[in-house]
Amino acid sequence: MSRLLLKGGRVVDPANGRDGVFDVLVDGDRIARVGRDLPADRDMSVVDIPSGLVICPGLIDMHVHLREPGQEHKETVETGTAAAVAGGFTAVACMPNTSPVNDNAGVTEYILKKAAAANLARVYPIGAVSRGQNGEHLADIAELKQAGCVALTDDGRPVATAMLMRRALEYSRMFDMPIIEHCEEQTLKADGVAHEGFHASSLGLRGIPGEAESIMALRDISLVELTRGAVHIAHMSARQTLDAVRWGKSRGARVTCEVTPHHFVLTDERLGAPVAYDTNVKMNPPLRETADRDAMLAGLADGSIDVIATDHAPHHYDEKRVEFDRAPFGITGLETAVSLCFDRLVHRGVVTLARLIELLSIGPARVLRVSGGSLADGAPADITILAPDMTVTIAAARMRSKSRNTPFDGWTLRGGVAATIVGGRVVYVNESVPLQM
Amino acid sequence: MKKDLLSIADLSRDEIHLVLDTAEAMREIGQRPIKKVPTLRGKTIVNLFYEPSTRTRTSFEIAEKRLSADTLNIAVATSSVLKGETLVDTALNIEAMAPDMIVLRHASSGAGHLLSRICRSRIINAGDGMHEHPTQALLDAFTIREHKKRIEGLKVAIVGDLLHSRVLRSNVLLLTALGADVWVCGPATLMPPGIEQFGVHASTVVDEAVADADVIMMLRIQQERMQGAFFPSVREYFNTFGMTAARVAGAKPDAIIMHPGPMNRGVEIASDVADGPYSVILEQVANGVAVRMAVLYLLAGEVEAAAA
Repeated sequence: MSRLLLKGGRVVDPANGRDGVFDVLVDGDRIARVGRDLPADRDMSVVDIPSGLVICPGLIDMHVHLREPGQEHKETVETGTAAAVAGGFTAVACMPNTSPVNDNAGVTEYILKKAAAANLARVYPIGAVSRGQNGEHLADIAELKQAGCVALTDDGRPVATAMLMRRALEYSRMFDMPIIEHCEEQTLKADGVAHEGFHASSLGLRGIPGEAESIMALRDISLVELTRGAVHIAHMSARQTLDAVRWGKSRGARVTCEVTPHHFVLTDERLGAPVAYDTNVKMNPPLRETADRDAMLAGLADGSIDVIATDHAPHHYDEKRVEFDRAPFGITGLETAVSLCFDRLVHRGVVTLARLIELLSIGPARVLRVSGGSLADGAPADITILAPDMTVTIAAARMRSKSRNTPFDGWTLRGGVAATIVGGRVVYVNESVPLQM
Repeated sequence: MKKDLLSIADLSRDEIHLVLDTAEAMREIGQRPIKKVPTLRGKTIVNLFYEPSTRTRTSFEIAEKRLSADTLNIAVATSSVLKGETLVDTALNIEAMAPDMIVLRHASSGAGHLLSRICRSRIINAGDGMHEHPTQALLDAFTIREHKKRIEGLKVAIVGDLLHSRVLRSNVLLLTALGADVWVCGPATLMPPGIEQFGVHASTVVDEAVADADVIMMLRIQQERMQGAFFPSVREYFNTFGMTAARVAGAKPDAIIMHPGPMNRGVEIASDVADGPYSVILEQVANGVAVRMAVLYLLAGEVEAAAA
């Protein structure tokens, strides 16, 4: 087996209480040792890590739409995982709203086969809660678990009824699988396309209030208390939802939550400017107002939020080049997340680097009950090398994702990804970093 | 002026006055025995209407013809849109035939902004979803100015379905820009969220909104846009918010009554008010032609300037 020695980088590994200059020895697909001045052998590849770079446990994006099977014009497992590793993610969890829906072992196995062929990031499929995501019958959950699904969701919409959610929480508990919930009270959302408030009103866009999200989160937290199941609130956007999660946590309910970079960076002001009706600021949940954005920043800082996930939602150029109310919801996120997190969170003092790694690596591993989040001896060698001070100019045209629907095109940010290592294999090196790998 | 007229916000105060002043001159053309001038001869204007419209389309078409433009009406049935071509593709096809202007009416807010980004032709918004209808607000201002000789300092009460109204949004922008004291009134279910940030007074009591008003502007109850139950019944709406002679009595004695049409008699407005002495509803229609001529002329002028 090949061995790789990363020499002299700053290792930030909060799970093992490390933050300092260490060498990392990788043996095959595992971490052999982390220590000071590890001796190099002739048969090792030795990589000198330039000062300023950070070695951390591989980042995990637990909310990604890879679109395969069925919507390969938007993204495939191959292009999606190529985008993932370029964004510093060694693993992604993919949502089941494909065509057909990932509600059976056949689809799960198909996705895993594609992931193995691509051989880039690890892929953790997430199965549907209900057959066809129709909100009526439970999917074959034991079978999904056995095929490799790590969690369940009807993402794109919430689990349709309180009774089905109750059953899903009870049933999934037997398999230690969390239910990931897209919180949205459907009648309150109605045909809304933007956050309800001044900006949507000025532009004549139908609004979606934050309460559409928090009402569903409160339902689910109550059901978690009833069933002792576990719910993870996806892509939280409203301050009321964060309050609901804090309330649930204070009562010991098994509730966790995630926020996307776009919800802690952007607000609904973007609906009107700089480009009015830009369909690349149309996502679900919508960009909310400043008070919500600030609440998300506070939740990231104070530990109420467990995970940062991107909700990477690629859409074809043609699909987005339509009237705002006809455009699909969603933006890509894999290749912009790290830069946004550094620039808006770490460099502005909202969170420490160690806390960021908790949010992007330890947190998602814990919620999904998968390996990762640690550079302990013997752990899988999933490693991200970050460049905290690199200047990055986002260029949608150069992205590895098949789709270009990002509102961050042209943004210049401080912080990026230097290299990504999955299972001991270097799968991505940023050519603008002086790193010989 | 900017390349396109998508929103009243595209116009400065001075430009609004310029449009209104130009419309005075244009109105005179409509009073001649031969109602035609060669101003836009050789210009091609496409009226691209994705929603049924009698008044606005006819008004634009007459305005275009009086200015000698070559005009073309395209009425796109919504059903054929669902079948096939996107708005962008339709617009690019029209663009390929090199028109000078496209007058667009569309059910989606911001449809004109989308075309504005891809078309060389000038885009005039003739109503986009619940967003704006700028030429309506201009003709309303023209009508108000004609009767009141000013707009600044007037109390204007706008009553009806505020939530879904593009006429409301354009009028609020224009009237507040020119210094009117704007009151908006309607049921709480039809009040746009964040309305207080529009720089208007909002009320759910008609008598309060109308008290001492110089202008009462009614908005249509757009039943076709209402997917939910915004109010219990037409009868209850009329009893609570309908503009009756008794309610008009709370306004200034010389207050004028306006309505962008089409009216629902007995829903938002009583017939005796619509047909009464204070009503300027048909004047609005007449002024629409002059104001649209002014807009077309001024935008076309900019085309010339840009080419020179």
